[in-house]
Amino acid sequence: MANKTAANEHHGFPWKHLIGFVLSIVLTLFALWIALGTDLSLTWILIIIFGFAFLQAALQLLMFMHVTENSTKSNLTSRVQIGNILFAAFVAIVIVIGSVWVMAAGHAKHDKHNHAPKTENHENHGSHGGGSEHDSGEHGSHE
Amino acid sequence: MKWDEFFVTGDPMIYGADVSIVLTMVGILFYLTKYKKWKWLWDEWLTTVDHKKLGIMYIVSAVLMLFRGGVDALLMRTQLAVPEAKFLDSQHYNEIFTTHGTIMIIFMAMPFLIGLINVVVPLQIGARDVAYPYLNAVSFWTFFIGAMLFNISFVIGGSPSAGWTSYMPLASNELSPGPGQNYYLLGLQIAGIGTLLTGINFLVTILKMRAPGMTLFRMPMFTWSSLVTMVIIIFAFPILTVALALMTFDRLFGSHFFTLQGAGMDMLWANLFWLWGHPEVYIVILPAFGMFSEIISTFSRKTLFGYKAMIWSMLLIAGYSFLVWVHHFFTMGSGALVNSVFSITTMAIGIPTGVKIFNWLFTMYRGKIQFTTPMLWSLGFIVNFVIGGVTGVMLAMAAADYQYHNTYFLVSHFHYVLIAGTVFACFAGLIYWYPKMFGYKLNERIGKWVFWIFTIGFNVCFFPQYFLGLDGMPRRVYTYSEESGWGPLNMVSTIGGFMMGIAFLVLVYNMYYSFRFAKRETTGDAWDGRTLEWSTPTAMPPFYNFAKIPEVTGLDHFWRQKQAGKVEKLTANELKPIHMPSNSGVPFIMASFFFVAGFGMVFDWMWMAIIGLVGVFGTLIYRSFEYDDGYYVSVEEIIETEKISK
Ligand code: HEM
Ligand SMILES: [Cu+2]
Repeated sequence: MANKTAANEHHGFPWKHLIGFVLSIVLTLFALWIALGTDLSLTWILIIIFGFAFLQAALQLLMFMHVTENSTKSNLTSRVQIGNILFAAFVAIVIVIGSVWVMAAGHAKHDKHNHAPKTENHENHGSHGGGSEHDSGEHGSHE
Repeated sequence: MKWDEFFVTGDPMIYGADVSIVLTMVGILFYLTKYKKWKWLWDEWLTTVDHKKLGIMYIVSAVLMLFRGGVDALLMRTQLAVPEAKFLDSQHYNEIFTTHGTIMIIFMAMPFLIGLINVVVPLQIGARDVAYPYLNAVSFWTFFIGAMLFNISFVIGGSPSAGWTSYMPLASNELSPGPGQNYYLLGLQIAGIGTLLTGINFLVTILKMRAPGMTLFRMPMFTWSSLVTMVIIIFAFPILTVALALMTFDRLFGSHFFTLQGAGMDMLWANLFWLWGHPEVYIVILPAFGMFSEIISTFSRKTLFGYKAMIWSMLLIAGYSFLVWVHHFFTMGSGALVNSVFSITTMAIGIPTGVKIFNWLFTMYRGKIQFTTPMLWSLGFIVNFVIGGVTGVMLAMAAADYQYHNTYFLVSHFHYVLIAGTVFACFAGLIYWYPKMFGYKLNERIGKWVFWIFTIGFNVCFFPQYFLGLDGMPRRVYTYSEESGWGPLNMVSTIGGFMMGIAFLVLVYNMYYSFRFAKRETTGDAWDGRTLEWSTPTAMPPFYNFAKIPEVTGLDHFWRQKQAGKVEKLTANELKPIHMPSNSGVPFIMASFFFVAGFGMVFDWMWMAIIGLVGVFGTLIYRSFEYDDGYYVSVEEIIETEKISK
């Protein structure tokens, strides 16, 4: 009895899925090439691959995840949909901003070897000078 | 790699384990062949997509894992019983606490709860199966294979030894060489696929498959707690998946995400681990809350007090659970601001939890309480869980946590919440729904013995550990000196540990005893229950659950029908053919390929990993081109099964 109605709604060759799949792979390979195969500066590499990441997320939402689909049957579905998207955004923001904040504050920032501590922790161990921007990506540049 | 490195050698206990594993395997193969059970095993279990059977397989696996994890625990307690004991060496001790923690959380608590959710939730919402029965089988088999992969580590290749938290750099190639840590990474990764699929499956099931009339605010509390749990699973597990994949890259392919060299960030692992890890503790506690709600309401003969408050506090917990993770590493030194913020969020999460405790108390207030075994476990839960919660709030104060962190105080805290919360719930739920699964109850008298021996043993074991912790005994040490003065309390603790072990054996004996002697249930309503799972006419629901889908008019629908004396009797002319999904062997085969792939990656044998992965994709492609719309159960067969007189 697994969703026979849903199963019957999709007919024919799944072009949408195939195109989404191929484009995702292309975008990933492109990002890899930008990072490994070009001599762009780190900042640019980051900007470009972030751009690709967002593009790919949007692509997947569109091609696989039915974002544009709205249900006429019940308004429960659309409320659930909106709630889900909001919660997803909340979790994503917490994960990204939260991690950057936690990892960049206090002693923890000694993980990033290139700037002096500037918060309330005093023991100046392991500060390797520098004081540049927090930029975890910078580690990619020195081996 | 030489053969004597492939198999773990040198320890008589391991040889004993080798022998018993081989003997058990031979015994099972012999039994299956002699009694011609192979076909039965394949048709009834390995290929099933029935949520009740998958649930039972989850629970059986979880009980086996409870045994394995319990043996680990008793080995550790034996080593710690007296100062400077020589029972286990430090490496062996490290391996045991690592496998104990991982198995108990990932391969015992989660599958036990998911098993009960599998059995109960579709019945509670009046559905005939889950939304994606085939996917449900994939979930089970990937979990099972992940668990098996993790478990063979102790005889083949060696176990992981960096703790269930596997902090870097300890878990790196330099400090944990060999396949052990890879077992952790691959075992959890494969089982994680199953968990994530379960999350999606039950979210859709609960949102889409409820019987007519069952609005969201008429769902039983266990279903609600499962719904919220699934949401947390869907959002938390991907973090673990990514973190595990990154560490796997570090170990197998030489990347530098978490390594000390190459400017990796070792503490980023801890950060990601707990971003998943704290939501995870709520994943294993919310279904427990749901079960206690059902049980307390049933045996107090009252509707749950504050139904809506319960739901809102769960939703709050779901959101909050993503905002507290740093409390697991206050001592990392993120500074006063970060620590204060997470200190406050952590204390705040205690509030909705407290609300729930009062709801249960008020449910019992003026109720006609029946002291059945499930109810005893629920009462035991309330008392003991509060101790765990209060010590949790103590740990939440960042400044004080510098003192408590990684001592036995912490160990005691999480055992008070995980055992008195999750494990008590698993026992309570198992006993409560046992007649639904097997058609008879577990013996109540033996069950009460189990409860008392276990609960007393639990407190004897873990209460002293608070004081050991305050006295400075660190966690994860394999021995301690005479002068430390920790000897006597450790001895007490060990005695308590063995009491729990005995209680477990009595529980298993009870299963055997009740199988032999228990009176078989004649109706579907073993406990005079309130929710739809009790409304089936037979003790064990038929494979299609409901001959006719019930129409729900309110909360505790079945109870109110019984009170009004109008439980509907099924008549033959209102039956229609029932559409059911077909069995499939593909999920099992797919999971077996996952095992091959995982095993290959563990030993860094890429040819084997590739063969396994090709197999996995092969089964996926096969499935994509398989057109099977299930089959119909005829009205005659339903009449036959339901024994309706014409
Ligand atoms: C009242 C709510 C709770 C509060 C305030 C709380 C607080 C905390 C804090 C602050 C820690 C970290 C202590 C340290 O590492 O020094 C901790 C550890 C832990 N808690 Fe809780 N907790 C609560 C409920 C729970 C629940 C319900 C569970 C699971 C069922 C749980 C499971 C754990 C586990 C497993 C750990 C330790 C993990 C490890 O380091 O291996 N806690 N808790
Ligand atoms: Cu936590």
